Formats: sequence, structure tokens, C-alpha cells
Amino acid sequence: MKLSIPEEEIMGHGHLACQGCGAALAMRYALKAFGRNTVMTFPACCWSVIDGPFPHSAVNVPLFHTCFEAAASTASGIKAGFDAQGKDVNVVAWAGDGGTYDIGIQALSGAAERNDDIIYVCYDNEAYMNTGVQRSGSTPYLSWTTTTPVKHPKQRPKKDIVSIMAAHRIPYLATASVAFPEDMITKFKKAKDIKGTRFLLVFSPCPPGWRANPENTIKLAKLAVLTRVFPLIEVENGRVWKLTKKVRTVKPVSEYLKLQGRFRHLSEDDVAVIQENTNKDWEILMDKVGEKD
Amino acid sequence: MRKVIIGNHALSYGAMLSRAQVIAAYPITPQTEVIELLSEMCANGELDAKFIKVESEHSAMTACVGASATGVRTFTATSAQGLALMHEVLHWAVGARTPVVMGNINRAMAPPWTIWTEQTDSLSQRDTGWMQIYCQNNQEVLDSVIQAYKVAEQVKLPAMVILAAFVLSHTSETVEMPEQEKVDEFLPPYELEYKIDPDDPHAFGGLTGPDGYFELRYIIQKAIEDAIPKWEEVGEEFGKLFGRSYGLVETYKIEDAKELIISSATVASTARSAIDYLREKGKKVGLLRIRVFRPFPAEKVKSLLSAIDKAIVIDRNISFGASGIFYQEVKAACYNEKNKPPIFGVITGLGGRDVGKKDIIDIYEYVMKQDKVESDIIWKGVRV
Repeated sequence: MKLSIPEEEIMGHGHLACQGCGAALAMRYALKAFGRNTVMTFPACCWSVIDGPFPHSAVNVPLFHTCFEAAASTASGIKAGFDAQGKDVNVVAWAGDGGTYDIGIQALSGAAERNDDIIYVCYDNEAYMNTGVQRSGSTPYLSWTTTTPVKHPKQRPKKDIVSIMAAHRIPYLATASVAFPEDMITKFKKAKDIKGTRFLLVFSPCPPGWRANPENTIKLAKLAVLTRVFPLIEVENGRVWKLTKKVRTVKPVSEYLKLQGRFRHLSEDDVAVIQENTNKDWEILMDKVGEKD
Repeated sequence: MRKVIIGNHALSYGAMLSRAQVIAAYPITPQTEVIELLSEMCANGELDAKFIKVESEHSAMTACVGASATGVRTFTATSAQGLALMHEVLHWAVGARTPVVMGNINRAMAPPWTIWTEQTDSLSQRDTGWMQIYCQNNQEVLDSVIQAYKVAEQVKLPAMVILAAFVLSHTSETVEMPEQEKVDEFLPPYELEYKIDPDDPHAFGGLTGPDGYFELRYIIQKAIEDAIPKWEEVGEEFGKLFGRSYGLVETYKIEDAKELIISSATVASTARSAIDYLREKGKKVGLLRIRVFRPFPAEKVKSLLSAIDKAIVIDRNISFGASGIFYQEVKAACYNEKNKPPIFGVITGLGGRDVGKKDIIDIYEYVMKQDKVESDIIWKGVRV
């Protein structure tokens, strides 16, 4: 049997991630797909710490730390540096949701508009987790964070970064989940072989930030897909939308929400609104995908 | 070969002759001609460089830092607001030890919106660790870019070549164009000791605690101190090859001088003609032009000031709440010296108000009537 996930472990042991960290799994799978001829740049994010303090590094590929808002532009510069030397290297910007949806969106938009030949990965844990769970543009509607207390949880929906990136007409973008490693690795390998800006959004549960049990990381990531909260898709050239994981038996969002302390304060009505929003978003997505399900 | 070029194009030709390999830049008045010409050079193959037309100065500098860390020569140019936006990344370039070379056109900071010259934009970056070279003419701009790469790559610190908005940036002057073969001889290809390399993976800039960070700062200070003799050596070597020598400072008519006018950039250039006039009137006055501001040439300043009766520092910049910035630096350098003259600080020409020969003569004559320094700022030309 041909293994669909490369056996080689590039990421080393001894990283500093919390128990059940989705972002740590995301990196492990990403490196399996990208291989060793890869260079990474991290803006400020959990991975700035997870990788290990100087002089340790867990990723085992060259890593250039950069400032918070500059993952994409730093990657563009690194890629140009290799191009100027005639070297073909996968250059990967690896950022959290804060560094992608919020402070880094300008540099990301610039790189995408130029179609710079970089891979941009956002491991999305839906808040500023490294600084202690503050809300970000990716934090979902009505979620608790340390800056959206339960008396006034987040009032706005999660920013639709996928549509924003699709609107840049980049050659490839995909969403992935640490609960579906084969789907993720297929997409990451596909991304690796495409030229231009590639954007990969990886759903990465954060047990401490979501007030969830570390043993539920995979369960939560799976439920996010099965409840249609986080659909697994691909978009080519901003125009061709494809659903890569069809959900046969759709689960109610309450199953996903109830495992997380960040949603513990929700009333039944709140949950109903989230369910309704999820359904509407799904319909919009189906219009783009061009199929009814 | 000679060419009549504006100061902005002197920067472009400097980058071209230095064989910059990656350029990342964002337009801002009065810098645009620098990147327009570089775009053309890249498009027509005169310059074999990757030009990333970024969406901000912050991205310009991060792209340069990233590219530089792979071991290529990088260039950008900016001014005022753009430089301020880069501020975070200026620190990054230094901490990452990337020898990026940048042109900065000195323009006053907004608000109110303005585009005319003043040095407060670059001087506000004095504590970042960037080397700063203040140029007095277009020839020096071009020559300084080439020298900046040579020094920057030796000490692994970035360098900023600075010229006055419009006074140089948009003023055409005759410039001797160095021959490419000679520049190649002077500035061989860039070899970076530690670089991003998939065959030799390392992490750069990872979390460092109190037991390591301190030493890294000490090493940066030692590196920029090492640059002090290097600017002299490189300036002399440049002179041997191209017939134009440079140093940390330039002096004019100082042999028997009793007074020194100290300034920088184009104001210093204008001061030269004021000194000619005053010399004709029998005054014993000379000029000290500070060319390299960072690293600060404190030893030169101290020794030149030890033998004179009065020093006048003319600043086209201001540190609000203190005084002119060159004035602070000169005063600080001399404080512990036994033989030091009274040092007068003059602020003039802010926001691009013209500083002419007569203004400098007036400043000199005013200071000659003062027995002692009454205030850290003598305002010249302010209408209040």
C-alpha cells in the first residue's frame, strides 16, 4: 500500500507547543508535504515560541523570524534573494490568524496582488493565543476571549479571509484541517508545485484558548468540518471553487460549540443564530462551488 | 564619463554600479525618480536585479531584510513618512545583521503635509544602529552608495545614504560616472557568512532571554565602532581608484582657524562659500562637515575642537524638548574634554526654508558677539 502521508518526520522533537496544539500538528504535516528544500519565515505568533528559544529550533529547515505584519513581504524578499541566485527553494510564510487576518493583511494582499512566488500558510486558532487569547479578526461570532468577556462576547463574525484571498485571483488557495491530514497533505503538495502566491488556511484548535480539553483537538477540528463551520475547499485562480470534503451526515453546530469553554455562555437562541449563520454561509459557498448538497 | 544627473538618479546609478540584486521600494515624493530609473534599468537589462514593487515602505524594508539574509545585495530608497513607517524594520535589519543599503531623501515630517527638506526624519532613526552618511552633492551621493555597501558588508550592519530633498534630489549636477570594472574591483560580490540556506538549516532571530540578548547588543556596538576606521579606509581606497577621497568628516580652512562652523549635508556646502567670504574679511573661521553621523566620529570632533575658541553647530533638524541633534552630539562628544570651546547651537532652515550664504555669515557674526552660551538653541530665520 502506498502511504498517502510521507513517512519522513522533518519537524523535530522538543518543541514548546501546549498539549493538544493544532498548530504543532499543522507544522508537522506541512513539512512532510513541503520537504527539506523549504525556508520558512514566521512573524510574531505562537510558532515564534513553539519553535524553541535560541539556539534551538524544531522545524529543521531554515527559519527567519520577522516582525508581526511582515510575513508575506519577508517571504517575497527571501524568494527574490534565492531567485537572484538561481536557486529554486519553497519559501513559506507561516503565520497565525492575527498575523494574517489583521496586522499582516496589507503585506499579504500586496504579495498576492503581485502574485509573488510564495506559499502563505495561516494556522488559524481564531484569536491572539500567544499573547493570551485576545480577540482577532478571525475570532468567531459570540466567542469569549480575554478582550471579549462573556458579558460582551464578540459581536462580529469571523472575517471571510478565503473570499478576500480569492478576490486576489491567486492561482491556488485551500482550506485544510489537522483532523484531515490526507486532504491537507494533498493540498500542500499541490500548492508546492504551483507557481505564484498560494494561500493555505489550516484550522488549528487551541485547547487553552478555546477552553477545551487537549484530547479533543482532533475531535473539534473534525466537528468544525462536519458541522460546516469550517468547510474544506480549494479555489483556483479565484474563480474555480471546489469542495474537497463532502459531508454526508451534517451535524448540528451545538455539537461543536458545547465542547468549548469559549462558547459556554451561549444561550439556546445564540446557538440557533450561529446555526442559521452557518447554514447561510454554506448556501453562499455552494453557489460558488456550483453544486447543491 | 561625466553625466548631468539629479541627486535621485545618483542613488539609482550607485545601486546599479554596486550590482544590487534585489530592490524593494515604494514611491514617496521626493524619492520617486530613484525607483523610476531603477525600474527602467531592471526592465531594459542594464541591471540584473529582482525589483519587488511592494505595497508599503514597511514591506520594502522587510523584503530587503529577507533577501539580504539569503546573501544578496539589496537596495531601497525612501523619505520622511516612509522612513518613519520602516522604523520597526530598521531595528530588525540591524538585529538580523543584514547589510541593506538605503537612500533617504531628507524631507520634513507631517503634519502639516510638507515635502521640503529637513533632517529630522533620518535623525529620528539615530538609535537604530543604521549607519548614516550625509551627502553634500550628487557626486558624493553616488560614491557613497558604493562605499556604503563595502562598509556595510564588512561590519554586517545596514547603511543609509542621505541627501536633501530638492536641494540635491531634484537638482542636476555634473557627476563623474565610475567605470563598472573599477567598481567591481572595489566592491567584489557579496559573501555572507551566515545565511538562509536549506543545505545548512538554522533559525535566525529566535526568542532570546536576558542571558543572551545583552551580548548580542554589545556585539552590535562593537561592529559599529569597527565601522569608524572602515569609513576612513574605504574612503581612501575609493580615492585611490577613482580620484575622490572621503572620510568621516571633511574640513575646510581649519589650519589657523579660531572658530569652527560645524554642519552637515548641503548646509555645510553652502557654509564653505560663507567661510570664503569671512576669510576675505580677515576672520579665522573654518568648516567641519560631519559626513558620517552614525557611527559618530567623536574622536575627530574632539581633536578638532580642542584647539579653537568657538564652535557653531548649524542644525536643519530639531529634537523637540532638547535642541539641534548634531549640536547635542558635538556637545556630548566634547563634554569630558579638558580643552573645549563654548559650543553654540543654531537651528535654521526647518521645512526647507532656504539657508543661504548670507544666513551663515549672519549666524557667525551673531555668535562672535556672544561671550557665552545662553541657550541651547539660537533660532535663525524663524518669523515669530
